[in-house]
Amino acid sequence: MFDHISIQLLAGQLLIGLINGSFYAMLSLGLAIIFGLIHVVNFAHGAQYMLGAFVALLLLNVLGIPYWGALFIAPVIVGAFGLLMERTILRPLRGLDPLYSLLATFASVLIIEGLMRLEFGSSGLPYRSPMPGGINLGFMFLPWYRGWVVVFSLAVCLGTWLLIEKTKLGAYLRAANERPEIVESFGINVPRMMSLTYAFGVGLAGLGGVLAAPIYQVSPSMGSNLMIVIFAVVVIGGMGSILGAILTGYLIGIVEGLTKVFYPEGSNLAIFVIMILALILRPNGLFSAPEKSR
Amino acid sequence: MTRYALFALFAVLAVLAPFQIYPILLMTILCFVVFASSFNLLLGYAGLLCFGHAMFFGTAAYLSGWMLKHTALSIELCFILAALAMAALGWLVGLISARRGGIQFAMITLAISQFVYFLLLRAPFTGGEDGLQRIPRSALFGVFDVSSNVALYFVVLVFSVLAIALFYRIVHSPFGEVLRAIRDNEDRVESLGFQPERFKILALTLSAGLAGLAGAMKAAVFQIATLHDLSFHVSGTIIFMTLLGGLGTMTGPMVGAALIVLLNDELAQFGEWALIIQGTVFLAVILFFRKGVVGEIKARFWKPAKS
Repeated sequence: MFDHISIQLLAGQLLIGLINGSFYAMLSLGLAIIFGLIHVVNFAHGAQYMLGAFVALLLLNVLGIPYWGALFIAPVIVGAFGLLMERTILRPLRGLDPLYSLLATFASVLIIEGLMRLEFGSSGLPYRSPMPGGINLGFMFLPWYRGWVVVFSLAVCLGTWLLIEKTKLGAYLRAANERPEIVESFGINVPRMMSLTYAFGVGLAGLGGVLAAPIYQVSPSMGSNLMIVIFAVVVIGGMGSILGAILTGYLIGIVEGLTKVFYPEGSNLAIFVIMILALILRPNGLFSAPEKSR
Repeated sequence: MTRYALFALFAVLAVLAPFQIYPILLMTILCFVVFASSFNLLLGYAGLLCFGHAMFFGTAAYLSGWMLKHTALSIELCFILAALAMAALGWLVGLISARRGGIQFAMITLAISQFVYFLLLRAPFTGGEDGLQRIPRSALFGVFDVSSNVALYFVVLVFSVLAIALFYRIVHSPFGEVLRAIRDNEDRVESLGFQPERFKILALTLSAGLAGLAGAMKAAVFQIATLHDLSFHVSGTIIFMTLLGGLGTMTGPMVGAALIVLLNDELAQFGEWALIIQGTVFLAVILFFRKGVVGEIKARFWKPAKS
């Protein structure tokens, strides 16, 4: 029955799956860092990703700053916005049930998306690809930009993972998460570190948005639907597991791409089916240590 | 004594209301009062944040709408069958998600509701993006015509009062006590020989059934069922109603539901601003007003703390 499936179709969907997987991995990585280190479920992650794309668009259209500049500037701007959000709505809720910070970020999504829609309308805006053209690999055509997205996001994911697992800074962060009072006794400003952690995760979302701008249409609702997929990825990978989030992100993207080849109607559903199966078979997450989760 | 007087007053008001106020608005309030109470059972009493509660509401709207449109079943049977089907769905969701508590439960239920959303988008009987339209209001018991707004109002009123009575019974039963104990200290409850997971699944089953009843009634009231009823915006709205009214109080979420329905009715003319204002009020409630309207009143005027 698979005779009619050509290698071109398979390779094309695998590439799309890999691209989507890159975004899933980058976004769920940020979400996992924020959850794992400061116990906030950042519902605004999708909206912050959208802000990254819009900042890139505005930098280009208003200030004439090209993509390569935006790649550095936009994450900083979005991260600063995250810092502001942390100070105003998350810090007052610290110490309360994490449900409140989840709901506070959810409410902020309503406000952010509403304001953006008011300003820019609901339809998608195009962002010119900074790397036009591509290369013919014989069995498929690879646009340069898509190749760049895959390589760059992989580098960002690996870099972040190394930063948190292998460096001294990462060790401080993890220690502050476990026993904040001991880390404070070493003279480290734990609240500030937590704010910066949140800003870093938000900046990652913004970076994802810049990367996404030339591929997807830039629109106020571009983060909303992605958000729920990202939640599912984090649940499958095991809450707060950074490596789990990265691997699951790529895995889900590729599985989704393959579903599009073999059973197109089910491509939207695939990820949720995987989540349900994972919950039943590996209740602690695919990649987390077998301990009882909170 | 005053309690009975209050009930009598409420009964008189409820009977007279549809002749003074637009019945559709009243029925909307009733539907959301039931919906918010079902949510309150989970979050307020069992401490479970179901971020996909709209899946029960929206799916039930489709089911009851489809039955009203394509079968000869009378309207009350359509409501009851849709509610029972949602209780079954709630049980299934519980089986998958109840093992994970707190924040993960919220994320999982949200994802499952999105799954149901895509399923229904693809399902042959939902009418895709258009949804079900022109849903008829079948006769009550197959005999009495309830197609007028006022007649339907009384059907919805009776079902809502029964649903609230059921909610009251559940909350004030030994089962309800165990739920509250699980909310406050799950490990302790487990060490006493209870199985929290089973209680949570049962709570989700009952809550889903009540939410289903609300959705089923909503389909008959507006005579349409669309995917919007299943979206996470509706799930968010119901959380907002519950918090605004007062989490874990019996009447709070009902008050919150009524307030938000009235607010949305007013805000409808502002278009895009409606969501922004809603989000701002929601944020303000979370930051400064976590007890909610009824919780705040209770704290000020109700000295003996008995919830």
